[in-house]
Amino acid sequence: MRDKSTTEAEINNAWNKVLLARKITRFRSLDIIKHIFNSFIELHGDRNIGDDRSIIAGIAMFDQQAVTVIGQQKGNSQKEMEYCQYGMTKPEGYRKALRLMKQAEKFRRPIICFIDTPGAFPGVSAEKNGQAEAIARNLYEMANITVPILSIIIGEGGSGGALALGVANRVIMLENAIYSVVSPEGCASILYKDSRKAPVVAGHLHLTAIDLKNYGIIDEIISEEGTESSIFDRIKQSIEGELYRCSQLDGDELRKERIERYRNIGSEIVFS
Amino acid sequence: MSQNLFFKCTKCGYITERKKVEVNNYVCLSCGYYETLDYKKRLDMIIDQNTFTETNIHNDFHDPINFPGYRTKHEEILSRSNLNEAVITGSGYIDGQKVMIGVMDTRYMMGSMGVVVGEKITRLFEDAEDEKLPVIMFIASGGARMQEGIFSLMQMAKTSAAVLRFSEAGGLYISVLTNPTTGGVSASFAFLGDIILAEPGALIGFAGKRVIEQTINEKLPFNFQTAEFLMDHGYIDLIVERKNLKSTLSDILKIHDQENNKFKLEDNIGSINLLINS
Ligand SMILES: [Zn+2]
Repeated sequence: MRDKSTTEAEINNAWNKVLLARKITRFRSLDIIKHIFNSFIELHGDRNIGDDRSIIAGIAMFDQQAVTVIGQQKGNSQKEMEYCQYGMTKPEGYRKALRLMKQAEKFRRPIICFIDTPGAFPGVSAEKNGQAEAIARNLYEMANITVPILSIIIGEGGSGGALALGVANRVIMLENAIYSVVSPEGCASILYKDSRKAPVVAGHLHLTAIDLKNYGIIDEIISEEGTESSIFDRIKQSIEGELYRCSQLDGDELRKERIERYRNIGSEIVFS
Repeated sequence: MSQNLFFKCTKCGYITERKKVEVNNYVCLSCGYYETLDYKKRLDMIIDQNTFTETNIHNDFHDPINFPGYRTKHEEILSRSNLNEAVITGSGYIDGQKVMIGVMDTRYMMGSMGVVVGEKITRLFEDAEDEKLPVIMFIASGGARMQEGIFSLMQMAKTSAAVLRFSEAGGLYISVLTNPTTGGVSASFAFLGDIILAEPGALIGFAGKRVIEQTINEKLPFNFQTAEFLMDHGYIDLIVERKNLKSTLSDILKIHDQENNKFKLEDNIGSINLLINS
């Protein structure tokens, strides 16, 4: 099953990134939010069934610019991880995010999403509350929003659970973040009936920031060199640049840019 | 025993003459199980005879991340079932009403969505907008195509945006969820229909049952992730028996035909006057 096109070094590198992205001591959305925004006010609830603790969302100032911030949250201890469902978002989380995105659009604020999830929450209640519909609705509505959306993958970008906050004008990844349609373990157990093959499969999935940049799926990679505070400063700089770029576009252009971005993936296929 | 003369139910194993099952739309005569249909049987059941025209036919194999074993698997399926992708799209008539239709086929890699599937479905909606026709999608899919990695994930965003543009243009989209409708396909165009129908007993959901059991250690309710479960919780408009599917679709199309609507957008005011005068 080994493929000549994926070298040993690439496999080791990919798996290393998976481990780094999942590291329990890694910085979380809230750490970044506290560092780069002022006057952050958290807003709760989907106005329907509840408040999802895997998503921290609210309004804030980014320098002189009002913004809406939405971040998937994990913890740095077992207890914290349990509290926020290991960053696995439920339908009410996606709907809270969408509610605040619509609010941002009403008040013409840019939307900044931080993605960090192993995937959408797999559970009885999540299915009962329409997990599939909630994700689909976000993909549909996010395409249509007329204010800038920036999505920054800071750790794990797990499948549809990540994409539901990832339909953006620009998608940015941290150097050690990953973004994949399926977890390496999930893929290995489905294809090879052996989740221990996950490290090799991680290489085959090409889920690293560099690979995804080369594919044109993401726009920018933020270096993780230096202290956390210097990493957060680079995130801030990157947002600054993108907000400036987006300020040159009107609402319809922003929407069109976002739709085109996804429309073009696969449009080269020839049909008869 | 000839395989062609007899048919064995996938669920209960009941064996009967193929002709009898065929007449019963491949619903088991013993246990009522709905067999998953290939695209040809589905089209025969729904589309008026000899009116289907396939669109966006493609021939190349796409392997965007050069995934080991992908091409071999593709070639295996191609030689076994002469199928080179998981969706067939085209136009046809339902009781004389023209529609664009897409039918997913689980014989090709569990009906999973890769770039070609995403592109065909996107073009189906774009063609339907150009021709001002309704779209009917028959969903049968295990979700995203793992072997295409991130490119497969992006098709969820692409197809959802395609539904958005079509919907903004006023188009009618009916999605029919059949067994199975799961993963990334359920979490994109499948659940974005103006009207969402489902076949009885169909498996519908986002996460896999085994994943849920393992991760959460929860006991699953008896009808968990069935069409009936989803309708009970408000996510499906109507469960339709297979034998009634064509007539139900035909009625929905008729009700959406603007010729049958005096209140249609363009000349709403004029129509109201007409009603008062008559
Ligand atoms: Zn049976």
